[in-house]
Amino acid sequence: MLKLLLGRLAVGAVSLLFVSVAVFTITALLPGDVAEELLGQAATPEAVAGLRTSLGLDLPAPLRYLRWLAGLLTGNPGVSLVNKVPVAQLIGSRLPNSLMLAAATTLVAVPLALTVGITAAMWRGSLYDRVVSMLTLSLVSVPEFLVATAAVLIFAVHLRWLSALSYVSEITSIGQVLRAFAMPVLCLSCVIVAQMVRMTRAAVIDQLNAPYVEMAVLKGAGPVRVVLAHALPNAVGPIVNAIALSLSYLLGGVIIVEIIFNYPGIAKLMVDAVATRDMPLVQACAMIFCAAFLILVTTADMVAIAANPRLRHR
Amino acid sequence: MNTPAAALEADAPVAPRRRRLPGIAALAGIGITLFWIAMAVFGPLIAPHEAGAIVDEDVFSPISAAFPLGTDYLGRDMLSRILWGTRYTVGVALAAAVIASGSGLLLGMSAAAWGGWLDSVISRVIDTLVAIPSKMFALVVVAAFGSTVPVLVLTAGIIYIPGAYRIARSLAVGVNALDFVRVARARGEGTFYVIREEILPNIIGPVLADFGLRFVFIVLLLSGLSFLGLGVQPPNADWGSLVRENLSGLHEGAPAVLMPALAIATLTIGVNLLIDSVSGRPRGEAG
Repeated sequence: MLKLLLGRLAVGAVSLLFVSVAVFTITALLPGDVAEELLGQAATPEAVAGLRTSLGLDLPAPLRYLRWLAGLLTGNPGVSLVNKVPVAQLIGSRLPNSLMLAAATTLVAVPLALTVGITAAMWRGSLYDRVVSMLTLSLVSVPEFLVATAAVLIFAVHLRWLSALSYVSEITSIGQVLRAFAMPVLCLSCVIVAQMVRMTRAAVIDQLNAPYVEMAVLKGAGPVRVVLAHALPNAVGPIVNAIALSLSYLLGGVIIVEIIFNYPGIAKLMVDAVATRDMPLVQACAMIFCAAFLILVTTADMVAIAANPRLRHR
Repeated sequence: MNTPAAALEADAPVAPRRRRLPGIAALAGIGITLFWIAMAVFGPLIAPHEAGAIVDEDVFSPISAAFPLGTDYLGRDMLSRILWGTRYTVGVALAAAVIASGSGLLLGMSAAAWGGWLDSVISRVIDTLVAIPSKMFALVVVAAFGSTVPVLVLTAGIIYIPGAYRIARSLAVGVNALDFVRVARARGEGTFYVIREEILPNIIGPVLADFGLRFVFIVLLLSGLSFLGLGVQPPNADWGSLVRENLSGLHEGAPAVLMPALAIATLTIGVNLLIDSVSGRPRGEAG
C-alpha cells in the first residue's frame, strides 16, 4: 500500500510540474511585447532593448521557464509589472487573509455538511431527504456567484442580520472580526456545503447498499443503528475523500466571494492582475491555486487508498 | 471545476426513486430548455428596445407595465438586455459544448476502437489536462489572450474535453467488446466503419445527455467569468455581466440584479431536469 501511496504522491508532483509548464507556455505566448507595453509612450528602440535584457525576455523560452521555475521555488517569482513591487511581497500580504477565510469556512462547512449528509442518508427516501437532495442539486447547478448574491439578499437585505458588501479594514475587536468574516464565510459555506452534502450522502448510501448492511437490517437493527454502528465506520474513508474533494471547490468559490465582498485576499489579487494583464503576478497566483488544488485532490486519493482494506496487503 | 475520477464513483446517485414522478420535471426541463433556445434565436427580434438604449430616467426602477423587468443602473430596459444577452449566454455555451463533446467523442471512440498506444497517449494527455482547475485555466488564458468571444468559446471547449472524452471512451470500450463488433471486424470491416456504424449509434444516447451536462458546466464557467468582468466585454453583455453591472442594486433588491440571476438559474436547472428525464444520464458527475 505504501508503494501505491508514494506512487500517487509522485503523480501529484509530476502533475504540478506539468501545470507549471502549461501556465508558463500560455502566458509566454502573449501576443505583443511586454517591454513595449510597460514603457508605453517612452518605448524608444534602445529603451525597449534595455528593458528586454533586464527582464530576461531575450533568452530562449525554455531558459526563461527554468529561471522562472527556480524563482518560484526560491520564493522570488519576479516583480509585478503594474506597481513594480516584488510579487512575493504582494502575495505575502494577501495570502494569510485568504487562508483565514478558507479555514473559517472549513470549520463551519464540514460539520454542517457531515450532519446533513449523514442524516439524509439515514432517512433515505423520506421527505427530509428529498428536500435536501432537491436543494443541494439546485445549489450545485447554479453558478457560485448566484449562491453568494442570494445569500447576501437573504441574510443582509431581507433578514438584516449582517451588513452586506462591506469589509472592515481596521479590525480592533472580536465583534468586528465576526462582522467582517460572517458574510463571506456564510456565502462560501453555502457554495461548498451543497457539494459536500451530496458526496457524503452518496458515500454513506454506497455502504448502505452493501450485503452486510442488509444482514444487519434482517437482524432487526433500526435505521439509526444501521447507519451509525454499521455503515458509518466503513464510510469514513469515502467521506474524508469526499470532504477533500469538496474543499477543492473552495478555490472556485473563494474567487467569487472575495470579489463580491471586496475582500483583500489572493483571489482578488489574481483577478485584478488578470484584468491589468500583470503576468508575473498571474503566473504566481495561478501556481498557488493549482498547487492547492492538486494537494487536495492528491490527499483525497491517498485517503481513499489508505481507507481501502483490499489494497492493504498488496 | 473538474471533478476528478474518484468523485465519479463517490457521487453515484440513487436514480430509481426519481422514476416515481416522470412527467412534470421532465416536461418542465424540456419546456425551459426549448424556451431559452427560442429566445436565443428570436429574443432580439421581440425585444421592446435596443440592448444599449437608455429608456428611463430612473435607475433600478421596479417592475412596471412599461418595463416588465425593471431598468438597470443606467436606466436601460432589463427585459431587452436579458433577451439580447441570451445569444451570448446560450450561444457561446452551445458552441463551446459542441467543441468539447465533439472532440471528446471523436478522441474517445478512436482511443477505444484502435486501443494500444493511441489509447494510452490520448488518455495520459487528457489526465494531465485535468490537473488544472477549470477557473484557473480560464483566468490564465484570458490574462494572456484577452476575452474575445472566440477565445472564450475555445477555452471553455478545451476545458471540458477531458470529461467528455472519459465518458465517450468508457462507453465505447464497453461496446467495442461486444459480439457484434467482433463479428463486424471478423468479416473484414475497417476501424472507421466500426466506429461509424457499430460504436457511434450505440453510445449516442448517453453522449447526448453528457453534452447537456457539458453545456451546463460551460454556462456556469462563462457566466462566472463574466461576473468577474473577464468574460463577454461591454457594450455586449451576457447574463453574468448583467448581474455584475447591477450588483450595486442588490441592497434594494432591484429586479435588474435578480432577473438575470433568475435567468441563469432557470436555464441551468432546466437543462439538468431535462438530462435527468432522459435515460442514460452519465452517472454522477456534478459541479
